[in-house]
Order: sequence, then C-alpha cells, then structure tokens
Amino acid sequence: MAKVVAVTGNEAVANALRQANPDVCAAYPITPQTDIMQRFSGFVADGLVNTELILVESEHSAMSACVGASAGGGRVITATSSQGLALMWEILFIAAGDRLPIVMPLVNRALSAPLNIHGDHSDGMGARDSGWIQLWSENAQEAYDNTLQAFRIAEHMDIRLPVMVCLDGFIISHSIERIEYLEDDAVKNFIGEFKQLNPLLDVEHPVSYGPLILPDLYMEYKRAQHEVMTKVSKVVLDVAADFEKISGRRYGLFEPYRLDDADIALVILNSAAGTAKDAVDQFRDRGIRAGLVKPRLFRPFPYQEIADALKSAKAICVMDRADSFGGFGPMYMEIASAMMMNGKKPILINKIYGLGGRDFLPEHAELVLSELADVAKSGKARTFKEYIGVRE
Amino acid sequence: MKPKGWKDLPPGSVITRPGSATEFKTGSWRTFRPVWVPENCIQCLFCWMYCPDMAIKVKDGKREEFDYDYCKGCGICARECPGKKGQKAIIMVEEGK
Repeated sequence: MAKVVAVTGNEAVANALRQANPDVCAAYPITPQTDIMQRFSGFVADGLVNTELILVESEHSAMSACVGASAGGGRVITATSSQGLALMWEILFIAAGDRLPIVMPLVNRALSAPLNIHGDHSDGMGARDSGWIQLWSENAQEAYDNTLQAFRIAEHMDIRLPVMVCLDGFIISHSIERIEYLEDDAVKNFIGEFKQLNPLLDVEHPVSYGPLILPDLYMEYKRAQHEVMTKVSKVVLDVAADFEKISGRRYGLFEPYRLDDADIALVILNSAAGTAKDAVDQFRDRGIRAGLVKPRLFRPFPYQEIADALKSAKAICVMDRADSFGGFGPMYMEIASAMMMNGKKPILINKIYGLGGRDFLPEHAELVLSELADVAKSGKARTFKEYIGVRE
Repeated sequence: MKPKGWKDLPPGSVITRPGSATEFKTGSWRTFRPVWVPENCIQCLFCWMYCPDMAIKVKDGKREEFDYDYCKGCGICARECPGKKGQKAIIMVEEGK
C-alpha cells in the first residue's frame, strides 16, 4: 500500500535513495541539493541503510570516489547542483565512458556568474554531451519515481550507464507537496539486487579500468557508446511498465498533453510544464487547439517519437530554462532536429524563460500561446528567439 | 590480426585479461638507446631496481642484455649507474647512429 505524505522534493528523493540502499555514497554539499545528502547521511547514522558514506573535499572528488566505488562493484550514488556539477565535469565523462551505473539526483540551479542559487536548467543542459542518461521531473512525485526507476535503468545489463535525475531547484526541491511513497519491500523487489559487471574487487578475475586508447581504437569505443544509448529508450519504457504495476503511475519517454489534434504546441521541461498545462486548458476551453510536450528522457533524446507526437502542430514554441549565448536554447535545437525526421516544417520559435529562478507565471504561458495562435494563422514568425519575463 | 570493430569491444574499455600489456611493445618510442658495457659493470643491479619498465633482464643474480622490446630509453639506468672507477657501464646512444 502506498503511503501519502507531505514532503519536499529533496525529502522525497532522499527517501528514494534510502529505499534503494546503495553500497557507497560520496557527497559534498551544495545548495539546493545539500538537503538530500544531509537527510541521507541521517539515514546512514541511524543505520537505516548499509551505505558507506564518503565525505569528500569537492564535487570533483565526489564523482571520482563514485567512479572508483562503482568500478569496484557497488551500487553508488551522489547528488549535486550547478557549480558542483560543473566541477564534476571531467569525471562525468569517465563515469559514462567506463559504463558505470551511478545514480545522481541533480537539483537544477543556475550557473555563475553572477552568482545565483535558484533553479534553472543551465547545469543539466551543460552535461548533455557527457554520456549520462538524463531523466527530468516535473514535481516531487516524478522526482521520487524517476529516482527509483533510475537504478533499474542504470543497472540494466544491456545498459550499464550513469543516470542523472533532474528536478528544479527550490521550486520542487524545497516546496512541500502531496506525494505517494511506495512501501520499502515493494521498492526492494522492484529495484532488485545489484548485479556486478567486471568488478575491480574481484581479485580472482583482475581487470583494468581506464586504459589509454589511441587513434587506432578510440573511435570504435565512442561508436559503441552511442550504440548503447540507442537501447536506452526500450529499457526506460520496460522499467516504466513495471513501475506502473506497483505504483499505478504511468511514465513514457515524454508526456504528451492534449496533443492529438493540436494546431499549436509548447515544448517545456520540469516544473514550468505544470503551469503551462493550465494555460493549455484555458486555450482549449476557448476553442483553440493547443497542446504540450513535456520531455522526460532528454538523453538519449527520443527524436522520432516527439516528431510523431507533434505532427499536427503548425506552430511550436520551445521553451528553454537555459540559454546558449549566441545560439538557440538547448531544447530548441533538439526539437529542430526532431522536426527533420518526418520532413515536416512547422514554424518553430524559441523562448528563454525563468533563468536564475525567475518565476514562470501562467500569463507568460498565455502570452506565448497567443503568439503561437497568431503565428499559426499568419504562417509567419515575429521573431525566432526571444526572452520572456525580462524587463526592458 | 584483423583490427577490432566497435561491435567486438567489451563495455567501458575494461581490460579483462591481466598481463596483456606485454603484448604492447613500447620499445619503438625510444629516441636514445642504453648500451651496456660489461667490462665496466660491477653487477650492483641499480639499473634493474630503477628501471620503470622491467627492461633489464636478470639471470642467476646477474644482469644480462637490455630487453629492447620494452625499454623506452628514459635514461634513468644510465644516470644511476655507478660504473667502475668513474667509467659508466651504461651509456646512451642516439637511435639510428
């Protein structure tokens, strides 16, 4: 039986980590993630988990310790945000390249400078090409559910890749919501025992991790790394189907919202998608066929599936809570690529919103939908990239 | 041997066969070659101790010829060699000369 609780996003994620009972956790504090590892260290101190907690001197060391522990043959976690993820940078690629199934909640926060502790997606989007699987979460329930599913996906014998579970800093991490916890036993059965693959600590079968690979073989390894990513979508869906059986909650590669006959559509990640769905409902009530896509699996990106879901749309706005200065927002570039798959060319515009925790309000979503309705009617975009909710 | 394609590789570039580094001959990296001068050698085995590549063969407690398959020519042995009466038992000679 599920237990209904009122908890913050961080508390929910920490509880998911407790239920997964990892072997090793290497942690370093950073706002707004600190709360997760603080609560988890409490579980360690109270003997509720069998985890060796390693308190390190930086996030670079945290991820390095995770790489070592994971190659050693254990279930390994950490969590971070923003500058912490940036400091992990070089080790992120090693975790993925060595195919180590580390699970890491990422509480999304803006990057310096200027210094800002609030939520945006610059950190996670920056790690886009690191080879990690990324799951994004709209609310505390999704963050909890995604964290549990992340272990199954990461540790799947066909995959063995690290997984980042993204949730919005403060908006989700520090707000109390009603969520449903699964029973510990149900989670234990769902995640299962950790299976080792080439563990360093198996001294009967010595292995080496991280060899020097020169031009004669490096590209073959990178090609193989891409190949394993092509298998991730199926595993994510299989794990979601199993998860639905124990939770009653359905997950896909993305959430389509009122899309079937949509003329205009928003593509928007995480917490702001909840706000935007209300605006979509209002437009539907007024007879305007609006819809929304909320991506969940961002790496690997489900290009074909999202292209198919958006097939009826004449005008689409991709909303990015991160920027590429001198370029389009990162999600826009993905959707533009997806649109090439079916050879259809809806008008595709990009809005940058909510940087550094700036509120995304219902009127922002309404303004964008109104503009999209005009664009769909006239067949012309006013502008392709624009910042919204910003003072002139 | 046919070079491996990407489908043949173990996940994560993990090497599962111990000792396979001996198949990778690093002697071709060498620019300077150490040459042993037996008449100046006092068999102190400093060269054997200092060599980072185990490229000095020892038999019955006495050093023999260099293993040029693995000697990278770092020159540590020549530097550490005490020699006999100021005459080094290892000298570095440029490859190709």
